[in-house]
Amino acid sequence: MDRIPDNRAWWLVLPVFLLVAFSALIPLMTVVNYSVQDIFGPGQAYFVGTEWFREVLTDQRLQDSLLRQFLFSGAVLLIQIPLGIGVALLMPKSGIKGSLCLILVAIPLLIPWNVVGTIWQIFARGDIGLFGWGVNQLGVDYNYTGNTVDAWLTVLLMDVWHWTPLVALLCYSGLRAIPEAFYQAAEIDRASRWAVFRYIQLPRLKSVLVIAVLLRFMDSFMIYSEPFVLTGGGPGSSTTFLSQTLTTMAVGQFDLGRAAAFSLVYFLIVLLISWLFFTAITHADKDT
Amino acid sequence: MIAWMNWTPSVAIFFAVIAGLLAVMTVYELVSPSVERKGFLPIATTRGDRLFIGLLSAAYIHLTFLAVSDVTLWVALAVSVAWMVVLLRWG
Amino acid sequence: MNRPARSKNVAIVVFIVLLLTPVYWLLNMSFKTNQEILGGLTLWPENFTLDNYVVIFTDPSWYSGYLNSMTYVSINVVITLLVALPAAYAFSRYRFLGDKHLFFWLLSNRMAPPAVFLLPFFQLYSSIGLFDTHIAVALAHCLFNVPLAVWILEGFMKGVPREYDEMAYIDGYSFPRFFVKVFLPMIRSGIGVTAFFVFMFSWVELLLARTLTAVDAQPIGAIMTRTIGASGIDWGVLAAAGVLTIIPGLLVIWFVRNHVAKGFALGRV
Repeated sequence: MDRIPDNRAWWLVLPVFLLVAFSALIPLMTVVNYSVQDIFGPGQAYFVGTEWFREVLTDQRLQDSLLRQFLFSGAVLLIQIPLGIGVALLMPKSGIKGSLCLILVAIPLLIPWNVVGTIWQIFARGDIGLFGWGVNQLGVDYNYTGNTVDAWLTVLLMDVWHWTPLVALLCYSGLRAIPEAFYQAAEIDRASRWAVFRYIQLPRLKSVLVIAVLLRFMDSFMIYSEPFVLTGGGPGSSTTFLSQTLTTMAVGQFDLGRAAAFSLVYFLIVLLISWLFFTAITHADKDT
Repeated sequence: MIAWMNWTPSVAIFFAVIAGLLAVMTVYELVSPSVERKGFLPIATTRGDRLFIGLLSAAYIHLTFLAVSDVTLWVALAVSVAWMVVLLRWG
Repeated sequence: MNRPARSKNVAIVVFIVLLLTPVYWLLNMSFKTNQEILGGLTLWPENFTLDNYVVIFTDPSWYSGYLNSMTYVSINVVITLLVALPAAYAFSRYRFLGDKHLFFWLLSNRMAPPAVFLLPFFQLYSSIGLFDTHIAVALAHCLFNVPLAVWILEGFMKGVPREYDEMAYIDGYSFPRFFVKVFLPMIRSGIGVTAFFVFMFSWVELLLARTLTAVDAQPIGAIMTRTIGASGIDWGVLAAAGVLTIIPGLLVIWFVRNHVAKGFALGRV
């Protein structure tokens, strides 16, 4: 649908603009201020220019947690998006069974994030948790508090458990929006199941998939509560993701300037990736 | 009231410049609305898009200079401004 | 029933069972005593007890957490919908100066890492005297919920042909009257789905909610961390509290299930 050019539409957007600007711009400006100063306490701050940025960019610890973060977010997207689409395709189309599936699948989404961590903290324990116990019974030596690989897999599994439902729900809704006539046409053409998916369902899922990918990318990139409760970042620092490194720095060591500088670098990275993705999708759409 | 924001002159100037740029672009856009066009960038862009790309790449230019060299950031700033002009004109 | 349909059903049942096992474990734990929880692995409560729930429902410092969470989440849903509806309408119907950039900027607010931004948030809301109020948390949550709401709603609004708008104007409707009487009922499903997502993200978020509250508006998630006392973690009560955090969400999804099942395609891409 062509949209009418009319700048008066700004009046309708103004409340959103003011509300978000209030909560977004003032803290952002403050963080930029932190990032160029060494702050000891109220009223005791020294201007250090870009020193923090220089340190942050060459800090091994931060580069490590950035790398871990990329690996984690990549794995999250690679697993959750296909799995979510698959689940959405399997869910019953309508009726009481459909509603029931919808509600049951949504349950993990409705649990506060620290409770998610608590659930898995117990669930994955070898002595009193069903999952940890089960895996040990299978003869695998599994211990998420001691073994790096196990800790990683547990955090990843927890995130898949927690967020695949979001992808599934979005895709399910997207699938329901496809008119029945499309499927009937495919049936007349004797299209294979794969062809129906590739040429009818997938293109129509694009808009919901964009939001799913963006949300999952942005949220997994700043994952904090769940691994913090589950592993506390350990063993060692193997599951210490960006947000946790930042929190330790800002709150634990009160190293505000450095943490602020790193937040801004981190923000720029997410901004660039999201913008590239967003622009690529928007323009691919326009060309067709 | 705003003491906790820890304002420093340089950051104030930074945000003032950004706000100024946005204001100028808004007025310019109202006076002569820009048309989407294709320059050397792989996508068709409006003037606002090019400004955004310019600002974002300026940030990365500064960070690169900080990470790999010890030269003063004024060089990075000069490179960024030059890049911004190229981008706005031919991008 | 033919074979593919049956294997499809088996697959979805298996998935849901796997999905619900951790939740079952939580439920299981909430009916056990601490001795039983820590004593060893039992697949169901052998000494079934409701004591853990009794603790929560009789101690005001526990159940007030639920009330606080529900209060700020409700305020947030209302504010978000009130501001997002007209904005989404503007994005779906008009081209205006900077619309594309405004939209991306709104979205970018989800990208800021929370850790360092917490301190300015705390100071901002303290300085305007809103610290430890429900409204502070509700306003702060608008930061990530409003952009999402605008995005989802815009998709639904695009599905309504503009002819309806024009017809209403010809019939002499003013804009506010048209918007409330004609337009909103047409995108009822969209409002339901949006309310669900807004509710969900506000309900589960904890970092901001915990930072902006101390006593009077403390969310349930923050109160739960208190069970780590001198005698170790009170797992039973913690599990019971966890189970209770799921219930409000279940109610909300129950109300919107038909809207989600009706399907939606999102706009703006």
